[in-house]
Amino acid sequence: MDRAFQFNSRRIKAIMIKELRDFRRNRFVIVTMMLLPIIFILAPLISIFSIKAGVLSPQIQTRIGISLFYMLLIPAIVPTVISAYSVVGEKEQGTLEPILITPISREEFLIGKALAAVVPAVAVAYFVFGIFLLATSLFASAQIHSVIFNGPRLLIQFVYTPLIAGWSIWACLAISSRTNDVRVAQQLSTLASLPPLLIVVLFATDVISPTIKYAIYFAILLLLINLAGWKLVSRLFNEERLITGSTRNG
Amino acid sequence: MLTQTESESNHNGDYALSVENLSKNFGQRTAFKNISFKVAYGEIFGFLGPNGAGKTTTVRTLGTLLKPTSGQAFVGGIKLNESNSQKIRSVISIMPENPGLYGRLSIQENLECFGELYRLADPKEKIAQSLKAVNLFDRRNDLCRSLSKGLKQRVGLARSLLNNPKILFLDEPSSGLDPVATKEVQELILNLKSKGITVFLTTHRLEEAEKLCDKVAIINTELKLIGKTDEIRSQLFNSTVELKTVHPIENTVELLDNNPDINSWTNSESTYLLQVGTPSTMIPKIVNLLVENNVEILAIGELRHSLEDIYLKTVENG
Repeated sequence: MDRAFQFNSRRIKAIMIKELRDFRRNRFVIVTMMLLPIIFILAPLISIFSIKAGVLSPQIQTRIGISLFYMLLIPAIVPTVISAYSVVGEKEQGTLEPILITPISREEFLIGKALAAVVPAVAVAYFVFGIFLLATSLFASAQIHSVIFNGPRLLIQFVYTPLIAGWSIWACLAISSRTNDVRVAQQLSTLASLPPLLIVVLFATDVISPTIKYAIYFAILLLLINLAGWKLVSRLFNEERLITGSTRNG
Repeated sequence: MLTQTESESNHNGDYALSVENLSKNFGQRTAFKNISFKVAYGEIFGFLGPNGAGKTTTVRTLGTLLKPTSGQAFVGGIKLNESNSQKIRSVISIMPENPGLYGRLSIQENLECFGELYRLADPKEKIAQSLKAVNLFDRRNDLCRSLSKGLKQRVGLARSLLNNPKILFLDEPSSGLDPVATKEVQELILNLKSKGITVFLTTHRLEEAEKLCDKVAIINTELKLIGKTDEIRSQLFNSTVELKTVHPIENTVELLDNNPDINSWTNSESTYLLQVGTPSTMIPKIVNLLVENNVEILAIGELRHSLEDIYLKTVENG
């Protein structure tokens, strides 16, 4: 049965806290959330600190662009670990039915789930990027420093991180709502999280010039993609299908 | 389905549940068809039927999780429709067969989540009350995955009590429990009744239904029978008196065949089954007659058909 559109912060917070408590005690989630950032910071740091003197500026630009792209894989991939499990995991455990029996609305449930995935993913991504900035500001050459500490590139990194994480989460929730197996949901979600990164690749490889104007245009585009993702997830979230595996109301 | 939003309407508000010709199909498959019944406030209503009879689907439909295909129902006096689903959910609770607890969360944390979902005014106090009601307060910090099935059922029950439901749906609450845990759950159910909560109980355990329920319904896609167990028993079976004597009765023609109070009888050696009208008035008369004729009686009493007999007769007859 359809649920009335409503938001109540207490209910959203309840779902979010419940999810975070669950993740905190889930060894797979913890290990993955620790390993992925380490992997995604090592490659950029090695790439940047191995730049030899005399390398031409366009090559430095590209290498730094690709390094920064690497770090945007964190908000794309970390949420898939968390939110792919979200709905299908609840279904597997038999915990979905008791939740849906309460007066929670579909939006409250999904927003709570999304926030529980977006908050740690963005926090980890910002933390890793912070380490990267600190390392480069302390040890990188002035030439590299000037490319990294460049307005549009920083803007892309800070603004696109939550937007990419948002897309990734909606894609995961949509897939998780329609699959019956956690592993299938995770694999499909990882694939589905990648398309928005195309924009970042275009900036990284200088196909699109990383200016403030273009950074803002594409940020708006990502925001619209997020809103479309949210609409899609709301539409795909069908209680009857989730509980009984059928929607054919004859 | 109608979309009117009225609640607490007319005579349907007098009942905890009022169901009229409710049906649910999944494509071509019928889960249940044209079921009608009423449950008064404070009753324990047993909903019995074989596997696949539509019991759980009925609970989910009345609990607003599934949309009925046709018919209408009032839950707690509120009309069952899309616009009322949240109102209905705030006055009911459902404990599914699998209590569905978050294994990595403690009992307290599980209940805290639901306390917030129900927006309880004083969640801590209410959680403590619910846990005390099921004797789990001292174990509130245990992780749910470490609990036995019986304890999980109790946590599920505690969770169901958080919102002070008017109507509590219990789907096979003692399924898979050992006799001690079953007894505990049954005592908890009786305790709920004493608090005025209407209990809608689906169960396979017929002795449990007989022990707990004020009224039972037997469903096998369609509603087959409904009523108080005694009423159903007298509808389905003739009253039978079982008589055991020390020696076989010699003068059966006079004492049994020609006895106007006995409709028919059968025997196996010294055990006689007598079909009579009203056992409570007939038994003293029969005893007097037999004693006067020097028949030595070992035992005499009404042979009560169990709910299992009723169930089997109903389900086997289709």
